[in-house]
Amino acid sequence: MNVRTSSPAPRRAPADDVRAGDELSSPALRRAGDAPAPVARRSRRDWRKVLEIAVLVGPALVIFLGFVIFPVVMAGYYGFFKWKGYGPPTDFIGLQNYVTIFQDPTFQEALWHNLVIVVMSLVLQGPIALLLALLLNRPMRGQSLIRVLIFVPYVIAEVVVGTGWSLMLQSDGALNGLLDKVGLGAFTQDWLSNPDLAIWTLLGIITWKYIGFAVILFLAGLQGIPQELTEAAQIDGASYWQIQRRITLPLLGPTLRIWAFLSIIGSLQLFDLVYIIWGQYIASTAGTSTMATYMVANGRNAGNYGYGNAVAVVLFLISLVVALVYQRFVLRRDTAGALTERSEP
Amino acid sequence: MTASAIAIPRARRPRNGRLPWGSPAIYFGALVVVALMLAPILYIIIGGFRANSQITADPSGMPDPWVTKNYAGVLSSTTFWGEVANSTVAAVVTTIGVVALGLMASYVLARYQFKARGLLYALFAAGLMFPMTVAITPLYIVVRNLGLMNSLAGIILPQIAFALPTTIIILVPFLRAIPDEIEEAASIDGASRLGFFWRMVVPLALPGVITVGILAFIASWNSYILPLFILNNEDSFTLPLGVQAFASQYSVDTAKVLAFTSLSMIPALIFFSIFERRIVGGLTGAVKG
Repeated sequence: MNVRTSSPAPRRAPADDVRAGDELSSPALRRAGDAPAPVARRSRRDWRKVLEIAVLVGPALVIFLGFVIFPVVMAGYYGFFKWKGYGPPTDFIGLQNYVTIFQDPTFQEALWHNLVIVVMSLVLQGPIALLLALLLNRPMRGQSLIRVLIFVPYVIAEVVVGTGWSLMLQSDGALNGLLDKVGLGAFTQDWLSNPDLAIWTLLGIITWKYIGFAVILFLAGLQGIPQELTEAAQIDGASYWQIQRRITLPLLGPTLRIWAFLSIIGSLQLFDLVYIIWGQYIASTAGTSTMATYMVANGRNAGNYGYGNAVAVVLFLISLVVALVYQRFVLRRDTAGALTERSEP
Repeated sequence: MTASAIAIPRARRPRNGRLPWGSPAIYFGALVVVALMLAPILYIIIGGFRANSQITADPSGMPDPWVTKNYAGVLSSTTFWGEVANSTVAAVVTTIGVVALGLMASYVLARYQFKARGLLYALFAAGLMFPMTVAITPLYIVVRNLGLMNSLAGIILPQIAFALPTTIIILVPFLRAIPDEIEEAASIDGASRLGFFWRMVVPLALPGVITVGILAFIASWNSYILPLFILNNEDSFTLPLGVQAFASQYSVDTAKVLAFTSLSMIPALIFFSIFERRIVGGLTGAVKG
């Protein structure tokens, strides 16, 4: 996410160093001629500082390196082996795993599904969430309650969402029952296993689950737009929609672009919902498999850990390239980009 | 406030501080949306009050009569409570770990001046590029080599590690915003840096700490892929794994599955309703930094 956040610029001279410097350069001390004393004191203080830094950062750094960085590096290493996961990997096969991945039609399908999910998530959620945010941004009673209720699906576990929806969408489930009841029996479908339909079902569930997050983000962005601008436009006779089109939308740009970024990365990594609703075998026949479910099915579940790690590397590199390209060409326009620059207070 | 600002009355917020009622059309639109968002959740909760015969006869109907047997059955099962306990322990320990380690590291990154600081911050920030999904296969191997399979420690440690980047990115600005004057005053009054950390920094950063704590708690409570890899033993299951296992074990007993599922989301819902403002604020804050 935060690729561009490199070093936070030193915003001020740190209090400690200023004080230390003052001591050294202070004429009183220099006149006294006891140069060694401050130097000794300073180095003692340096040691203390180093110790404090080590004690405070150490635990976080160890856990982070051990459980985030090390596994990712090891994935790159294991990916070159044919390895069943027991003992050290010995059967070095070079790039063979990667060749297999890209020649496997199942992976190509999964990649295609990921692309569809990336694009359609943006297309479906973006406009709907924007309309909802505009609607909820109008001052009215009950506003905060409505916001909370829209946000509820986002907080519920993927497993709960997946289990509930898969029960509802079975061919003799509640949705088809409801359609029958209201006289729309012609629209009953096999929502989950019809390969022409399943990915749209998945997109519907994704929209339902994650749109609350988009709405909340957009509302936060809308609140950052000064009211004086819209009031001035109102006085100049602009209509509501003109104001939204010419003032709100452009000013909401940074928020929209950050949301799109998060949505794209999330779509590329999608695993839980698909795996829970469709399981590892049905997902590919129903046309909802993703790169991540492919990785789990052909890596861990098949016992091919070398191969699974290679898929993880591919998944990571695709996400990384997308993230970097997006940062370079889209987020760069936001000189005061919400994500990158404002990590400074 | 300039005169011109006063001249334009803010009609939006009446003097008594209450918001005006919106137009009926807007409420209708909002009502439809809310209904769509809540219907599936209500289906799960209400479905748990039906008998299987009712569900077969009319999949989308209301309970008639209301049956409490499913909920009672789940609530009296030791499996369910064992999974609640596992989820609670995992989420609480993860939260404490993330807050403690994150706060300590953020304090250094925010207020100490040293050469490797930028590099260190960049390293933690880069962690955002490694979602759990990407690292899960090798992570599983690391946890297995540490002998932590089927233990809650095996999911708690990676969860802390993966929550650290967000935590640090949220907390560093908080800690940096504490004015130097306060630190200088504390130092004049004889407080050491660490004394300052405990007496001033921790209380002042509390809003940020609560936000990251809640994010870590909910992420752990809902976590699926990590327990799926690490916990293979039914006794060590957390609720998400339990829901899935229950759903496949009792796949013909839809009503009971619905009861189990709805009970498993209630803790998260309660937690959410208590801290709703913080969560919503925290998520937007997490993104906006």
